[in-house]
Amino acid sequence: MQSLAKLLEAALFAASRPLTLEELESLAPSEGDVSTALDEIRQNYQEDHGVELVEIAEGWQFLTRREYAETIERAQFALRPRRLSPAALETLAIIAYRQPVGRLEVDEIRGVDSGAVMDKLVERGLIEVVTRGEGLGRPLLYGTTPPFLEILGLKDLEDLPRLEELSVALRRPTPVDEPE
Amino acid sequence: MTSPSMREQAGPGFVVELEKFSGPLDLLLHLIHEDEVDITDLPIAKIADQFLSVIADLGLNQAADYLEMAARLLRIKAQMLLPRRLGDDEWEDPRAELVRRLLEYQQIRELVDWLGHAADVRAERFGRGYEAPPPDAPPAPLQIDLNDLLAAAERVITLIPQPMLHRVVPRPLDVEGATARIHALLAERETFGWSEAIGPQATLVDVLSTFIALLELAKRSALTLSQPEPFGPMVITRAIPREAA
Repeated sequence: MQSLAKLLEAALFAASRPLTLEELESLAPSEGDVSTALDEIRQNYQEDHGVELVEIAEGWQFLTRREYAETIERAQFALRPRRLSPAALETLAIIAYRQPVGRLEVDEIRGVDSGAVMDKLVERGLIEVVTRGEGLGRPLLYGTTPPFLEILGLKDLEDLPRLEELSVALRRPTPVDEPE
Repeated sequence: MTSPSMREQAGPGFVVELEKFSGPLDLLLHLIHEDEVDITDLPIAKIADQFLSVIADLGLNQAADYLEMAARLLRIKAQMLLPRRLGDDEWEDPRAELVRRLLEYQQIRELVDWLGHAADVRAERFGRGYEAPPPDAPPAPLQIDLNDLLAAAERVITLIPQPMLHRVVPRPLDVEGATARIHALLAERETFGWSEAIGPQATLVDVLSTFIALLELAKRSALTLSQPEPFGPMVITRAIPREAA
């Protein structure tokens, strides 16, 4: 590997979170093209390694390969994060697609009070107040955070499925073979 | 054989069953799926009846969100029964708003499946030094210097609304009366005990008034207070008129 690739590899190894392109570029401002170097590392780790370089949460991170999940977990070297409840996922879905969005709109779409769920999500750092609305009382408006992308393994918000791709309407179940 | 006892162990159905549906829309969708009916042409009477019977069964008829939906369904059901003239262009389907919300919610449910799957896949890969997020993220350690703290304190103090300072609860303490009583006792006797100072059948207010009066008089060197033994009764002694060195 070229020297820049080695430097980036070291930084990514040392970091316990995804490093953004800007962060990686700041390591060696004049050493060459970081994207090319990242590609080199990724290809290097494509085979013969238990970890791989993954593009995630608007950054890059070394992650273990999926096939070792169970073994690692059984040995308790690392713990899987707690699963999000359906209520939390519903709330996240609404916020991810409607952001910036206020509490009232989330309540309205879910048909239940979502205050407690949203507080929990703020606490876990998955959503945050991004701005205030124009309406009565200038309500707080929420958006998703980089940790949200991280726990879902998404590169960025563009990675979310497009709404048009969903089989929106719930109709009389007719067997439809979805084209692959 | 075991199922009845297991059901009892599961406790009251209320909490358990609440988790089954994340809200009234979820329950409605479940019923619609089960009946395999067309969501855009909801058989509202049937669905409303089912909804009511399910929430009664699950003990959800106490939960406001479910009750609100039940009321909404009954209103739509009633509106559907109103006669309408043939070819009435003004007629609006009373179900339209509910159908729109259901479709929207249905979309959210699909996203929930997608997000849940994405999170599961992501959870199978570990990063370096990865730790599950703590149940309660501890607040970041404070790093401030004294001047910042003082400036912040000043800001907070100036923000305290003035009227608050005047909201004083009237205290019916009678310190003056207690002082007079102690003076009378002092004139009679050189030394006396706490119980004599507060007098018989003292109320809490009497005790407090007497205590404050004693402290005040002790400050003015009119008397001295002593306690011969730990937790023993307090002894009040007339102060010697000349200055105690």
